[in-house]
Amino acid sequence: MAASVAEDPQGSEQVGPNHGLRIFLIWLPISVAADLLLYFVYGPHMPPGQMSDSAVSQQFDIKIMSVLAAPVMAFVLVFMAYSVIVWRHRDGDDEDGPPIFGHARIQATWITVTAVIVLFLAGFGTYELGAFGQSSFAGAGAGEGPSPIWKPDGTPLQVQVIAQQWRFTYRYPQFGGFETTDLILPVGEPIQFNVTSLDVIHDFWAYQLGVKADANPGVNNVAYTTAKQTGNVTVRCDELCGLWHGAMFNFGKVVPVAAFRSWATKTEAQLTAVTKMLPPYSTTYDPTVVPQINKAMAKQGIGGANGYYYPPNDPVQP
Amino acid sequence: MSLPARVVTLALAFLAVAAVAAFVVIHYFLGSPSTVDYASGVTADTGATVHVVMQEDPQNTVSTHPDWVSYFIQDPKTHAWVHTTLFKVPAGSKIDMTIYGYDGCTPLRNQYFGGVTGTIGGVEYVNGKPVKEINSWSGCNVGHTFSIPGINLNVPMATPSLTASLCGTSPCTSGPHETVTFSFMSPRTKGVYFWQCRVPCGGGFIDGFGGPMQTIGFMTGNMEVVS
Repeated sequence: MAASVAEDPQGSEQVGPNHGLRIFLIWLPISVAADLLLYFVYGPHMPPGQMSDSAVSQQFDIKIMSVLAAPVMAFVLVFMAYSVIVWRHRDGDDEDGPPIFGHARIQATWITVTAVIVLFLAGFGTYELGAFGQSSFAGAGAGEGPSPIWKPDGTPLQVQVIAQQWRFTYRYPQFGGFETTDLILPVGEPIQFNVTSLDVIHDFWAYQLGVKADANPGVNNVAYTTAKQTGNVTVRCDELCGLWHGAMFNFGKVVPVAAFRSWATKTEAQLTAVTKMLPPYSTTYDPTVVPQINKAMAKQGIGGANGYYYPPNDPVQP
Repeated sequence: MSLPARVVTLALAFLAVAAVAAFVVIHYFLGSPSTVDYASGVTADTGATVHVVMQEDPQNTVSTHPDWVSYFIQDPKTHAWVHTTLFKVPAGSKIDMTIYGYDGCTPLRNQYFGGVTGTIGGVEYVNGKPVKEINSWSGCNVGHTFSIPGINLNVPMATPSLTASLCGTSPCTSGPHETVTFSFMSPRTKGVYFWQCRVPCGGGFIDGFGGPMQTIGFMTGNMEVVS
């Protein structure tokens, strides 16, 4: 950056200090230190942790974004502090500053740097979202809708997440289709969450697993993950869903594979009577397509043929 | 307009706005059903038995929403039925519940909640007969549920038959009903535990999920656990 040049009233030029170089020299070590601290010290503790493939992938993304953001933020703060200190108003100095008519090099540098950062983040984010080219999947842990664009290797454990005001229940179709309020998962095995809702819009957010998928009625929203560690998982609803939305959470567990199989087999046997009452396993349970609900409602004089709980002429029906 | 007239008009307008604001605050934010106290005189964390009595009705003729289904709670001292869903119990105590089911049947949206969980012995008693699950899709069997998610309690409420002539004035004191009893231990952790009905029983609202299902004092409320 060129030294700043000012013109005195007599027309002679006065060469001042190179402010750009000064700012750069202050900014550089601060940025390097901040990036090293962010990546190596705070990075491993960044949310959502390292409990699953998707969580690790998300943590890596957040680390990269932080490493890119820190120098930008450092530059803003350094420039602000430098301005306040160096260019502050001094006693007896009542003159206007030199007129500015633009600076092509600064403008070009600014546009180039910001464009490179934004374009890199767009490309990086797209790559990470799809986990393209990776032999073992990582992915974003987000819901991919009913037709996922990619799937993990092998046969994943199917876990259906059924949201309803104000509780999540979980169905395990590979174990007789039993349903429970307990979320128990095996470590090291790919898991396919099939997320749906029975009433309003909810959102299944298994924080430590880095899984977050909307639960919409009549929709199967698929999300994948593989747990890398055993431990507890906090599950929250992350979509405002009514009076007790704030209380719609529970805790799951990631356990060794043998412990999971033992639990699943035991629970399947324990819940046989309740499982018999459930409808056959399905990716969604819309009243309009589950014949048993329709039949029960018709028998009880409620709704019936239209598949809804109350007749169309009942107030507030759309 | 003269100056005094302007001042009076301004003052009246200000008072009108203030009155509306006060009404909104008092009616919507501070207005809450009363709490029935079952904890008074009982020492917490001793396993003492507390008997809570409730009823669920097909309507609520004592409120501004007479067509909304509703729970009522019996005051332990006066035995009067109180239109509320808030009650207080001592921590670490055995809660014996009796719920009179006066309302008719509606199928559960999720049949899983036809199973009894969280009670002592994993059962409820319908008119004295032990029951572990009720199938709401096989016939007119379930009217509502009493569920406290925080302690994994879920009990389906049995109902009178489909052709029964249901009680028409609440709180119900006569008419066909089922008596459901069950027991559970109140948690040792003090706090407020919300409870709800899991049958979409808000007739008149989209798929039954609105109205009484979303309103404290009707089909959902709080169990406050105190020391």
